[in-house]
Amino acid sequence: MNAVMIAIIEPQPIWYLMLSALLFSIGAFGVLVRRNPLIMFMCIELMLNAVNLSFVAFSRIWGDIGGQSTVFFVLVVAAAEVVVGLGIIVSILRRKPGATADDISLMKG
Amino acid sequence: MLSTLLASDVVAPFSSPKIDYHALAPELVLAGVIVAVLLADLFLEESKKWVLSTIAGFGLLAAFIPIVTLAVSGHRARSMFGGAYVVDTYSLLVKGIFLLAGYVVVLLSQNYLEEGDYYQGEYYFLLLSSILGMVMMGSSRDLVTIFVSLEFLSIPAYMLAAWRKRDLKSNEAGTKYYLLGVFASAVMLYGMSLLYGDTGTTILKGIGAKLQNGSMSPVAVLGIVFVIIGFAFKVSAVPFHNWAPDTYQGAPTPITAFLSVASKAAGFVALINLIYVAFPHGGDVFQPMIGVMAASTMTLGNVMALRQTNIVRMLAYSSISQGGFILMPLAVAGGKSSGNALTAIVTYLAVYAATNLGLFAVIIAVSRKTRSGEVSSWGGLFSYAPLLGVLATAFLASLAGIPPLGGWVAKFGAFRAVITSGTNWGYALAIVGAVNSVIAFGYYGSLMREIWMKPVPDGDTAPIRTPSSLNAALMICGGATLALGVVPGIILRFSDIIKL
Repeated sequence: MNAVMIAIIEPQPIWYLMLSALLFSIGAFGVLVRRNPLIMFMCIELMLNAVNLSFVAFSRIWGDIGGQSTVFFVLVVAAAEVVVGLGIIVSILRRKPGATADDISLMKG
Repeated sequence: MLSTLLASDVVAPFSSPKIDYHALAPELVLAGVIVAVLLADLFLEESKKWVLSTIAGFGLLAAFIPIVTLAVSGHRARSMFGGAYVVDTYSLLVKGIFLLAGYVVVLLSQNYLEEGDYYQGEYYFLLLSSILGMVMMGSSRDLVTIFVSLEFLSIPAYMLAAWRKRDLKSNEAGTKYYLLGVFASAVMLYGMSLLYGDTGTTILKGIGAKLQNGSMSPVAVLGIVFVIIGFAFKVSAVPFHNWAPDTYQGAPTPITAFLSVASKAAGFVALINLIYVAFPHGGDVFQPMIGVMAASTMTLGNVMALRQTNIVRMLAYSSISQGGFILMPLAVAGGKSSGNALTAIVTYLAVYAATNLGLFAVIIAVSRKTRSGEVSSWGGLFSYAPLLGVLATAFLASLAGIPPLGGWVAKFGAFRAVITSGTNWGYALAIVGAVNSVIAFGYYGSLMREIWMKPVPDGDTAPIRTPSSLNAALMICGGATLALGVVPGIILRFSDIIKL
């Protein structure tokens, strides 16, 4: 019975788009709500991966290779960003162990 | 699945794309200089590191040569990689602005780095990489190219903002810039994926052919909105401006000058590429959005600048408000004054670059003596450093838009663009802009009053000695600000020929 059900429900590209929108929203919400710089950073990575998923899904819908090749650019750039971001975050955590985004506010106005 | 894919593709033999090396020459020269700086840094001993700034400076000027030869070669536009990379008169003009602004930033950095004991090799390497990204942005006509150029220019800038790594303020500047910058690129990328999903192509021209006012799908509308929000962060438009004052204050001063001029200009160049090539028929979506952002950006930037006591922070808000004026013509792009708007923005970017870099050169020169960033430290500047005082007044007057100087031509162009659009919307923006030009006199005037009328703090009237590189930067910026204002024909003639 179960096997029959699974066979009937075939994943549609639109599902991936919805999943991507959901992941993107979770990521964006996390950046705005969480206060730990590392976790904010992880949420941004989640958003970037949602973008990748959406590019691949659209690429599949259009039958066009352009979207899939875009994903490689996004992946490489995201990797470069991780290196820089971790460097900056480590340098601030070394000065102020356990700093949250609220502590990083010397400058105001 | 994979085997069928391979089989279908193997049939057509691979042919390499045709590359126009002359059109790519500025980028290639810059890439060569970047490698040269990196290698020279390896083999130079500590006392000879000053050579690096010379290599960087001359490298930027060398990259300017192919731009001139391309400009006189007479080709209207050279398109490469299926239209993803286009070299036309507009892109040559903005590339020239980026390279000259980069050269001035190198001049500003020279003594700052040597005296501050920072890592010079890596600094110039990152600065040049960021400039290469900007130069590429001028020609980007594809979503992927725009994205790669944007990250190419931003990622080195994140590191440069956090350059004084033993200073908590600089760390904070870097962290804020980084987190918000990457967040903005994620939003922009999601918008790009939606645009790709709606049109099935990443080439801007192809997108432009499919997006039409009135018949746009919600996916495309959302895509346009997200992409514009992403770049609004880059140009620090309200309400996405929060990072700017903190980053500008915490970053090393030459980098602040670089971010507030070149990086912001790159954001505007990307917006122009997108709006003029990809959304020319999407005015219903982007015009109200950019109009509201422009009006709130200039107003909030001005109001916040009025209450600052730190000069760099005041200039940060001033640059936010100037950003609003540059956005103003974009709000009428796509209508009947499209051409005027493009001319106005490019003129404004050139004038703003010359003026703001000059003002930062004065700030660096004065703070070499006073070691302070407060407005009051400029008291009586004219009495002991007359040349700096006069130049600072000229730059401030240009930012405020007083007639004989460049800023006046820029503001005139921006107002002409919104008024000739003939819409109520354009008139409303012009009124908001006019009110803001008056408010801006408040804080530009208060700096001028310090320079001319206030007493010298502590009575220390020893003259300021400026190193020759700073003098050169001051002369270039002062000359450009004056020339653009007195002979506006120069820039207008250049910008009359620009078409996308």
